[in-house]
Amino acid sequence: MLYKRNPQLNKNGELIHLLSTEGLSRDLLTHILDTATQFVSVSDRDVKKVPLLRGKSVFNLFFENSTRTRTTFEIAAKRLSADVFNLDIARSSASKGETLLDTIANLSAMAADIFVVRHGESGAPYLIAEHVAPHVHVINAGDGRHAHPTQGLLDAYTIRHFKQDFSNLRVAIVGDVLHSRVARSDIHAFTTLGCAEVRVVGPRTLIPSDLSQLGVKVFHALDEGIRDCDVVIALRLQNERMSGALLPSSQEYFKNFGLTTTRLQAAKPDAIVMHPGPINRGVEIESAVADGPQSVILNQVTFGIAVRMAVMSIVAGNDA
Amino acid sequence: MKILIQNGHVIDPANGMNTKADVAIAGGKVVSVGPVSADFHADTRIDAANCWVVPGLVDACTRLGEPGHEHEGMLESELRAAVAGGVTSVVCLPDTQPVLDEPGLVEMLKFRAERLHLAKVFPLGALTRGLQGEVLTPMVELTHAGCIGFTQAEQSIQHTQGLQRAMQYAATFGYCVWLRAQDSYLGQGMVASGPLATRMGLSGVPVAAETIALHTYIDLMRMTGARVHISKISSAAGVELVRAAKAEGLPMTCDVSIHNLHFTDTDIGYFDTRARLTPPLRQQRDRQALGEALADGTIDCLVSDHTPVEGDAKALPFAQAEPGATGLELLLSASMKWAAIHKVDALRAIEVITHAPAGLLGQAGLGSLMVASAADICILDPQASWQVLPQNLRSQSKHTPFAFDLSGSEMTAQVKATLVEGRLVYQSPGLL
Amino acid sequence: MSNGQLTLDAQALYQQLLQSLQSVLPAQAHLVGITSGGAWLAQQLQHDLGRKPSLGIVSSSLHRDDFSQRGMAESVATKLPFEVEGAVVWLIDDVLFTGRTIRAVVNELFDYGRPSEVHLAVLVDRGGRELPIQADMAAARISLPEHQSLRLTRDAQGQFVFSVEG
Repeated sequence: MLYKRNPQLNKNGELIHLLSTEGLSRDLLTHILDTATQFVSVSDRDVKKVPLLRGKSVFNLFFENSTRTRTTFEIAAKRLSADVFNLDIARSSASKGETLLDTIANLSAMAADIFVVRHGESGAPYLIAEHVAPHVHVINAGDGRHAHPTQGLLDAYTIRHFKQDFSNLRVAIVGDVLHSRVARSDIHAFTTLGCAEVRVVGPRTLIPSDLSQLGVKVFHALDEGIRDCDVVIALRLQNERMSGALLPSSQEYFKNFGLTTTRLQAAKPDAIVMHPGPINRGVEIESAVADGPQSVILNQVTFGIAVRMAVMSIVAGNDA
Repeated sequence: MKILIQNGHVIDPANGMNTKADVAIAGGKVVSVGPVSADFHADTRIDAANCWVVPGLVDACTRLGEPGHEHEGMLESELRAAVAGGVTSVVCLPDTQPVLDEPGLVEMLKFRAERLHLAKVFPLGALTRGLQGEVLTPMVELTHAGCIGFTQAEQSIQHTQGLQRAMQYAATFGYCVWLRAQDSYLGQGMVASGPLATRMGLSGVPVAAETIALHTYIDLMRMTGARVHISKISSAAGVELVRAAKAEGLPMTCDVSIHNLHFTDTDIGYFDTRARLTPPLRQQRDRQALGEALADGTIDCLVSDHTPVEGDAKALPFAQAEPGATGLELLLSASMKWAAIHKVDALRAIEVITHAPAGLLGQAGLGSLMVASAADICILDPQASWQVLPQNLRSQSKHTPFAFDLSGSEMTAQVKATLVEGRLVYQSPGLL
Repeated sequence: MSNGQLTLDAQALYQQLLQSLQSVLPAQAHLVGITSGGAWLAQQLQHDLGRKPSLGIVSSSLHRDDFSQRGMAESVATKLPFEVEGAVVWLIDDVLFTGRTIRAVVNELFDYGRPSEVHLAVLVDRGGRELPIQADMAAARISLPEHQSLRLTRDAQGQFVFSVEG
């Protein structure tokens, strides 16, 4: 059966929307990471601004609350000299029954150039991308369980920064993969970039059974799962999972899958520890590890701003 | 009015007929198929050269939108869509507003439909009041009002004892219970479980949702002796259970929708809500098994699963979009396409949409060209090639995964004319 | 390399530039090469002049004025491993043409601090300026039709070579 052309790319194969790391070629992912390298230094300058998006309007449309992610997108956009508008959808027209597409149409009438969208439903940004005018770009800041592409990219950037060559690396993602859009975006990015081995680790109730078809090795025991790994990514465990009859308690989870200094020893001695944040200390990760010498969690935050600046500059420079 | 359909190729599965023949009609009934009697003087002649002449199609799963959408004239528009698709009899579901659980509502629907003189309507009655799964409906009165069977539509009864009692009651009178094989709890998802659901971050419906329900129904059939028709089977494992039940001699029949017969989960593409359907589209092996089972008779008939959905209800993120697609105008081509892929002969291709579904309705002569039966006839061009373009559909609902821009495929076979009780209710422009 | 009328011997021009800079460059000046042709030159000059103050590299891509037409340009990142505030900076580039790259590069430099002096040395000034920008030093001044492009490359032996296209 025929598919429509990948909605993220224009007919020249250039990126016009960032909706998912899936479906992007290795060259394109590498191009984004290389571009991000140029932006990392901007935070260190006296003048932390470049004029690339001057005069453009970036609308942060967050249907799910997230001050952290929204703030990093805001910082990134402002460093590009864009005008940023934050829309608190929960309190606004959507809750009065306005449909998603009506909200978009109204905002487009206010000359938005870029929509950064976070939504609780998988696929929502695709619907938006289908309905915006040709010069408007959509960046997915997280949709349901499906994708969080800028997180996938900044995780890839972080790994590349510390480990350089993907082809030798074993990466383990530990935690609630079933509900994680970060895990999915990471998996697509790492496998496309040529990672030697991508693993997921967690209890059966939190790991989808068909993940091996995505090119991933599945483990249900932590020590085995992170053995000899170069990178360990701990995912946040959400409280709802405990009440959802998927897990008995956070204590039991910590005992079996919590990343402690002792358990981390199963990985390589120079392994780096990552986490998309915010951290639940004592649930998925112990403070000694989160604050310890192998943790690059804070670097992820810095790189996240550069990666988001790169994505915004790239899409803004390409026509539909 | 005397009509003679000449020069056509008649396919009448009920009589095993597959040959060139003329069809003579008088007083709304079939008078002869084959050489015409000398003293038959036709008022109208229809030249069906290069066309097939088949019984009017019988669609065993349709939603017509009434009661509930009277102000949109939905009954008329959807029955017009039906005859444009060659469908002369539709079985409609009772999950309307209000639910068809009272004889008065059924009588009103039949009255309104009959007045339109388009396709004939055979309603399924609700198995329980309001489809709530608790209180039985007056099945005898509903049958007298016109219901041909009873169903819960999409609201599966989880209370096993309640279902058992409903089946027992229906069995008392020999009524057929039409059930969707879907466990309510496991059936909550949006797409079929599998790698696609995982990649797209959408909640999945495992095959177990279908097989667990089927196991339950089969055991209850053994307990109660009820006749059960399984609506819209979707998986290879489900097909195996139906096959085994039939082999055991249980009174079970089964249908499959044009969507599960032709599409798989990957046809959702980039979250296209035209593929948001219940049951969900499953994987390649399931589609293959469904096609083979329809050919060998394990699945009795093919249905359109016609469900009109408003435009706005589809312009939403996938999980929030309303499931359903338009299908009446696609039933014929869907069967022809299946027949071509599975190398099924013309008789069976037509049988699954005429004689076989008619058998579920218990109406003598329906779905056939038997002499003295009602002249419900479809004249079609089996070679015509066309694209499914929403603006050309007569239904008020334009959403279908067969749409050319999504499926990329053309359809074969087009209806040239449709007669109901000897009246020409549809003819394609510029023909005959 | 020849375009019919003109021969540009890049190596010879480099030698000229090297000698001129040797006599003019103050001890504390920092050489900063403009990506990518200027960066090679600056690296070579730094080595041949035996300079102590750190070498820098600067990219114009974050301040270009043609972003809306051409999109985001890929480039090596700017690296200025010295205190820009109060520094004496000599920008090095291969070809000076419209002046827009220099404008962007100066903006980029000023994001890091306020230098006390900025000078520009190029291998070839080909005229065609669209902004009021001039080189302090140019090994050659020529004129080329607008549609032709002049590029510096390195051959297999690492020697500088000019190529003309169009």
